[in-house]
Amino acid sequence: MDRCNKLVDVGRRQFLRGGAFAAAGVATAVALPAQAQTKAAPGLALVEYPSNRLANIADLKPNEPFDVGYPDENAPGVLLKLGTKVEGGAGPDGDIVGFSTTCPHKGFPLNYNADDHSFNCPGHYSRFDADAGGQQIWGQSTANLPQYALRIDDKGDIYAEGVDELLYGRLSNVL
Amino acid sequence: MAYKRHIDRLPIIPADAKKHNVTCHYCIVGCGYHAYTWPANKQGGTDAASNVFGVDLSEQQAAETDAWYAPSMYNIVKQDGKDVHIVIKPDHECEVNSGLGSVRGARMGETRFSTARGSQMQRLTDPMVWRYGQMQPTSWDDALDLVARVTAAVVKEQGEDGLFVSMFDHGGSAGGYENTWGTGKLYFGSMKVKNIRIHNRPAYNSEVHATRDMGVGELNNCYEDAELADTIMAVGTNPLETQTNYFLNHWVPNLRGTTLDKKQAQMPDEPHAAARIIIVDPRRTVTVNACEAEAGKENVLHLALNSGTDLALFNALFTYIADKGWVDEDFLKNSTAAEGKARPALYPARGEADGKPGHLTNFSGAVEGCRMSIEEAAGITGLDPADIVKAAEWIARPKEGGKRRRTMIGYEKGLIWGNDNYRTNGALVNIALATGNIGREGGGVVRLGGHQEGYVRPSDAHVGRPATYVDKLLIEGQGGVHHIWACDHYKTSLNAHEFNRVYKTRTDIVKDAMSKVPYGDRQAMVETILAAIKAGGLFSVDVDIIPSKIGAASHVWLPAAESGEMNLTSMNGERRMRLVERYMDPPGNAKPDCLIAAGLAQHMEKVLREMGDAAYADQFKGYDWATEEDAFMDGYNKNAGGGEFVTYERLKAMGNNGFQEPATGFADGKIVGTKRLYADGVFSGEGGKANFMDAPWRGLQAPGKEEQKAKFKYLINNGRANIVWQNAFLDQENEFVMDRMPFTYIQVSPDDMGELGLKAGDLVEVYNDDGSTQAMVYPTPTAKKGETFMLFGFPTGVMGNVINDGVNELVIPNYKQTWANIRKISDAPEGVKHLSFKSQEYQAV
Repeated sequence: MDRCNKLVDVGRRQFLRGGAFAAAGVATAVALPAQAQTKAAPGLALVEYPSNRLANIADLKPNEPFDVGYPDENAPGVLLKLGTKVEGGAGPDGDIVGFSTTCPHKGFPLNYNADDHSFNCPGHYSRFDADAGGQQIWGQSTANLPQYALRIDDKGDIYAEGVDELLYGRLSNVL
Repeated sequence: MAYKRHIDRLPIIPADAKKHNVTCHYCIVGCGYHAYTWPANKQGGTDAASNVFGVDLSEQQAAETDAWYAPSMYNIVKQDGKDVHIVIKPDHECEVNSGLGSVRGARMGETRFSTARGSQMQRLTDPMVWRYGQMQPTSWDDALDLVARVTAAVVKEQGEDGLFVSMFDHGGSAGGYENTWGTGKLYFGSMKVKNIRIHNRPAYNSEVHATRDMGVGELNNCYEDAELADTIMAVGTNPLETQTNYFLNHWVPNLRGTTLDKKQAQMPDEPHAAARIIIVDPRRTVTVNACEAEAGKENVLHLALNSGTDLALFNALFTYIADKGWVDEDFLKNSTAAEGKARPALYPARGEADGKPGHLTNFSGAVEGCRMSIEEAAGITGLDPADIVKAAEWIARPKEGGKRRRTMIGYEKGLIWGNDNYRTNGALVNIALATGNIGREGGGVVRLGGHQEGYVRPSDAHVGRPATYVDKLLIEGQGGVHHIWACDHYKTSLNAHEFNRVYKTRTDIVKDAMSKVPYGDRQAMVETILAAIKAGGLFSVDVDIIPSKIGAASHVWLPAAESGEMNLTSMNGERRMRLVERYMDPPGNAKPDCLIAAGLAQHMEKVLREMGDAAYADQFKGYDWATEEDAFMDGYNKNAGGGEFVTYERLKAMGNNGFQEPATGFADGKIVGTKRLYADGVFSGEGGKANFMDAPWRGLQAPGKEEQKAKFKYLINNGRANIVWQNAFLDQENEFVMDRMPFTYIQVSPDDMGELGLKAGDLVEVYNDDGSTQAMVYPTPTAKKGETFMLFGFPTGVMGNVINDGVNELVIPNYKQTWANIRKISDAPEGVKHLSFKSQEYQAV
């Protein structure tokens, strides 16, 4: 429950007292840390993403979120093996996806609902569809959920090599 | 795949960026924002000294940070002719939203007109006229001359009744006090136009005549009251989607119990608990779900009544509360009418006159007239009798120690565009009056609102009551010239299918005639147009920010500016008035509506003088405004209650918190406002008293509704969705919105889908004897069998096509009670295949 305790710091309006937030106790996501590493921005037109090994296919259990951080450890996310092929899915079954789990609206940690493959925000009730590229099902975010560009090598190692929307709380995805 | 911007870095706002006060120009809530602008060739840095936030942006920022903005908040726009970066982000110090941005307002940045980034290129940049078979650009003088000549000739021949006008009456967007005054002065000052209507209904009338007649203005409380109430009662509203940040920032904290300290501090002599909420809505909405998540199901009472039966419910609640004696005797004695009045002869079938469809009286007269038992109401509404009793208890049963329960009642379009608007509105206000819940902490009986407000105009008394049913007269062939100010009947009216058909036919008569003469021969052109009008044609002038759907039929388009492209003032749902400062240029030659109205008035004066009617020409004097501020000073400052205390300079200094109207003075450098209306117990009725309404139930009131219900199988309930603002006039060019909502959804229960052979995303036709339209199927397990829901006013599926033309005595439309049949048109088309059709309800785990 160490991760959940960090949630205390993220809301300045006592969100923990709310029923919705309290019910999100089994959140899969990692709260945003207060500090992050500083790196100089490269002088290129595009943000240069690291190619990070996040897991091996063998680490993933069907429909169970696997916690990761990308592009760095201060940007929480998950890998999911959905069990059915989806557009943009990686791996031999085309069913492996990776998403940021920080709500693009106000930065609250999303929780994953395995029953309907949705990410849910206890702050303002936004929902994102893991089967549909992170499309916001309903909510306050003006962007769909940032998704990782994944590459899987011959050994089954899963690498993230990019993100398709701006991550909450940083004006450059790579800091 | 879902739409992604692939923006992974944004320019940083430099420390010396210009900062402008902005109130979101969309919904009634009016969230505070700031627009930051800086030169295109500059940028801030990540170190604290070189960005506007003064924080180290090389670090990840925490949740709810002020030091972040989304790509949707960013753009490049013109400011004084130069390209500048712009970020429009929520204001964390604004009391309304405390830094929250909705999915609508937080897209203001990317829905600005930008030649550099190609956004909103649909915006009109020049006056356009029908020339050589299509709309072509021209100068302001040329366009206004043509409009004035045709208008003057029609008015001279047919009188001012030959001029039909559709004009917005709202704040925000391109409305506001400046622009309602400019247009109002033209049509109600210089002229006395009677054939006139408002943007969302077919007549020039109030949506809430009843509460006003009872002496209770409809925006009588403040947003803080939602934090202070013991019980919130929400009627015909879905505030999480339509008053989003009011709900999130002021209702939810009370439901969570986080405002208990505030309650205790402000009202120390009574017990307090977290709020309970009663939601009256035939449909289970995301609001119901969110309330359950926050307050617990035991504190949420969703009264999912039969559509259109609200009046029966309210009368039963009122009766029960009165019989129990859960009323505020002192309030009744001091603030409400003492004497009852005898019922009009034909009551309750009819009121004293069509313009007075109710019967105002005192408390006991209303109790007698409205009397309805719990059992009878349960039969009509389909509700469990125990739930009606529970609602009455939550509203009015005294708290521990006999203290009066504080109940805030909010209502909106479910009531306003619902069955028997006048009496239903009155019956709801009855409950608030009986329980003393107006003008006090935690109370109020209020509209929750759609647009912001911003109305100041000369008297509209000449329009009369009931007001003219303008759409009907246009269909019948009346009128020669039609001026339209940011209205789109094709999307946002009833009987829209028939209206569109006739309007196109009539305006095509004029278009075809115009194509026969050279445009440059003004005299021949005007004569040709007038002859076409005599042949049943209609000359149509559309003032708008974009080419609207109805504009496709028009002969002249006049390009308007909107909020932020001009200085603009409005007020929100708690009468909070703010100034949006001009932060960018209008597109091309577009102008504020007030200055367009002034230009039209000046051309009318010139043309009438040429025609030899000096006296009439003189009526069009008084428009020598150089700026919108001149219109503000001529209008609001001189004509609004308390307006003399309000200037741009003072409003600017008041920032995004502004003040609450009416202003009562100016002291210590601040405009003094009014937190709650009627806090002194003096109401707007005769002798300072409020009246009750004897408002008995009379079934489906509007003509044609019972017949439609009997003949067609499905209720086509309708309203708004979170992601779309109004009729999508800007959203239709926003990729994020159109990716999610290429067509309006129609929420259908799985049972009905099975019977109709439908799958998620299928396109269906919705049809009845009044018209037909289309929608995409959104499977909705919480929908009742036989009850569907569509978006209202959506461009790719106009729900108004299937609303019949029946209105109430005051020409208030009844959009909500509509029935139609449904049949499949096709499987999900390509643009729908990527969509999620999962439940919209937040799932905790």
